[in-house]
Amino acid sequence: MSAGILMQLGQTLLAILLAPLLLGWTNQCRAWFQGRSAPPLTQPYRMIRKLFHKDAVIAHDATALFRFAPYMFFACMALAAGIVPIIANDLPFSPAADAIALVGVFALARVFLALAAMDIGTSFGTLGARREMLVSFLAEPALLMVFFTTSFIAQSTELPTIVETLAHKQFAIYPSLAFAAVAFWMVSTAENARIPVDNPTTHLELTMIHEAMILEYSARHLALIEWAVALKLFTYSALGIALFVPWGIAPAGDYAALPLAMGALILKMAGGGLTLAFLEAISAKLRLFRVPEYLGTAFLLAVLGMLTHFLLEH
Amino acid sequence: MKIAGHEWDLASLGNHVWRGRIAAAELLAFAQSVKDEGGQLVALWGSDDRQLFPLSPGGRGAGGEGAGFAIHAAFITAAGLAWVSAELLADTPAYPDLAVIFPQADRMQRATHDLLGIQAEGAVDGRKWLRHGAWPEGSFPLRKDFDAEVVRELDAYPFIRVEGDGPHEIPVGPIHAGTIEPGHFRFSIIGDRVLKLEQRLGYTHKGIEKRFEGMDLATGAKLAGRVSGDSHSAYAWAYCMAVETATGYEVPERALWLRALFLEIERVANHLGDLGYLGNDVALSFGFMQFWRLKEELLRLSGRLFGHRYLFDRIIPGGAAVDLTDGSELLALAGRLEAEVRELKAIYDEHPTLQDRMANTGIVAPALAARLGLTGLAGRASAQAWDARVQFPQTPYDRLDVGMSTHRRGDVLARAEVRFAEVVESLRLIRAIVQGIPAGAIAVPVRVPDKVTEGIGWVEGWRGEILVAVRIGADGKLDRVHPHDPSWQNWPLLEVGILGNIVPDFPLINKSFNLSYSGQDL
Repeated sequence: MSAGILMQLGQTLLAILLAPLLLGWTNQCRAWFQGRSAPPLTQPYRMIRKLFHKDAVIAHDATALFRFAPYMFFACMALAAGIVPIIANDLPFSPAADAIALVGVFALARVFLALAAMDIGTSFGTLGARREMLVSFLAEPALLMVFFTTSFIAQSTELPTIVETLAHKQFAIYPSLAFAAVAFWMVSTAENARIPVDNPTTHLELTMIHEAMILEYSARHLALIEWAVALKLFTYSALGIALFVPWGIAPAGDYAALPLAMGALILKMAGGGLTLAFLEAISAKLRLFRVPEYLGTAFLLAVLGMLTHFLLEH
Repeated sequence: MKIAGHEWDLASLGNHVWRGRIAAAELLAFAQSVKDEGGQLVALWGSDDRQLFPLSPGGRGAGGEGAGFAIHAAFITAAGLAWVSAELLADTPAYPDLAVIFPQADRMQRATHDLLGIQAEGAVDGRKWLRHGAWPEGSFPLRKDFDAEVVRELDAYPFIRVEGDGPHEIPVGPIHAGTIEPGHFRFSIIGDRVLKLEQRLGYTHKGIEKRFEGMDLATGAKLAGRVSGDSHSAYAWAYCMAVETATGYEVPERALWLRALFLEIERVANHLGDLGYLGNDVALSFGFMQFWRLKEELLRLSGRLFGHRYLFDRIIPGGAAVDLTDGSELLALAGRLEAEVRELKAIYDEHPTLQDRMANTGIVAPALAARLGLTGLAGRASAQAWDARVQFPQTPYDRLDVGMSTHRRGDVLARAEVRFAEVVESLRLIRAIVQGIPAGAIAVPVRVPDKVTEGIGWVEGWRGEILVAVRIGADGKLDRVHPHDPSWQNWPLLEVGILGNIVPDFPLINKSFNLSYSGQDL
């Protein structure tokens, strides 16, 4: 048991520490695809360090909620990183929340960020919060549908069971998973504020979604948010890996498989970051009112995945 | 000169420019005849003539007992640029409101009032425009007797509010993120849909017109070029043209060709930059990087060949400051740029999201553009087929056979298309200029006149027509200079073009116009 808890802590810490690296790698790849020289791999770490060294400026009208939200956001992402099997399966935290509750954890973080954005009463914060809600209320059902598809295959909504089923039990080709994977990718871009739904590098306040919500944050609060954003991308990537390419994740209690699991994780994450950067480099940002269509497509694909499961795999 | 059946007493100054003096009461009739002919108001400005010798023999103030103010207006007509002036009373300077005929006059009239205290009688909008509280109300900086007493009061500007339950107001700026000039935009929105946009400009008012007073002619050229940095060559040429018209000296032909070369390089550089920005604003950084790489190559070559990347101070009164010794590099680069731009255009054309963002966004319909006087590049994208290089070509454009590109859709895509077409055309012009430039001197010494003279210069810059009016005093120093930027006419169209669009599309629409703040704030 104590070994399990140690593993659990190790995995969560690993996720927290490695998350900026994934972001740095993605930024680096994107710079290459765009034909410019890339910032160093460690740029996100430097950014976070710099922000922690600054003095925070807080709006006069801000309530305690505004100060509290970054910690909540970060804690939710750390919890999510603990639940998702990243290098080892069936860790002590895993039963704490199943796939559906995981969606709830993400939603909780978002609610706090949106509330904090409205708390200070600037027009951009409200605008961003409103848009974030528009995006998320369409993205969440699609994400749930993806989880349902995989849950039907594994006959459980518990993530360890799903991973166990897909990775080890019997190797079979599931056409339904192909649909679910595409849907998951589309939802991930929306949830992580990436192109084509949002642009993480823009300076144009009027076009922002996620960035508009955090415009008033500075110093340690901003550092936590930036770190949590990196952690969210990392957790989503780990989730995608766990659901669709789970091979290599160490089974419960198998410590000898950990080095292999670590190697597999790094390879898969690197591949994912490269793909994300490539797709971002060739895409433009959608007009805001096309986002519902985009997420509608994701929902449709997820439903198709589920139907395919019943038609072909049952 | 006959305009729409009326005979007006205007004399030709050459270069398709006509000059006349009319009574203030006739201004409306004159504007109406220009309107009837399909012309437009280009610029409107005033001057303080109280300490000046009367320019017209029959005018007020003969004998020096207090000539008053004057209001000047420049119109585009079928025959060229018509520049008329009307003398106004010294104690109560007023003239009829021209905005009823040409709505674009509104802001120019308000600015003229802020700077000179000349009143447009009967104007609907009597709010201040350029005055932000840096000088007190009732004090007018462009008057010769202005006592520069600086005050700092808060700028209380009465914005027009959208009343009701649903609308939400977003104030944006004057300070923006990124390298953008200051300007305030007040959005009234429902959801993300824009109900009203109101601009508040004037944050970069530097008193350029006041600064010109008493400056010598050569220094004036430097200042004129800095009115709006992205249109340096256009302003510098227009200023020099005005000075040359006023003083009557002939510029060597080679210098005119060189000026056209600088102007076309400036046009290509700006268009390339804008095309990149349009990609960047929809998160297609690929386009941004590629177009800016091409722009950078052009700037570097300009720096190498002419000594300044943005060609600052290469155009001087009397000619050009630098000669083209070997054009082979420029020829090669122009050819290569054209090939690369065509390649990038194919990518832009086939990018579905980019096309979706640009098409049908920020539409200014041709009829509206004509009514409100949309001009220049944005005007040509809304079927306003005016290009001084085409209709009223001066040397060397009269020998280059410039092609005009127009569009009818009037959306962001149309403005991008016109830019693409103009880049290709300007690259052709650059090659034609390098190959056809005549030999000879590149500058003549400037003779300073010993009497009051005036002139006007008119150049098609990359954004639209740049106009500079100059009056040189008897002491050979500048007495009054008015630089006019096409942004004056085009800013109000942005307020209209955004209506019905959504807030996140505003940066893209704004960038597709890419108007100058500095040029209109003066």
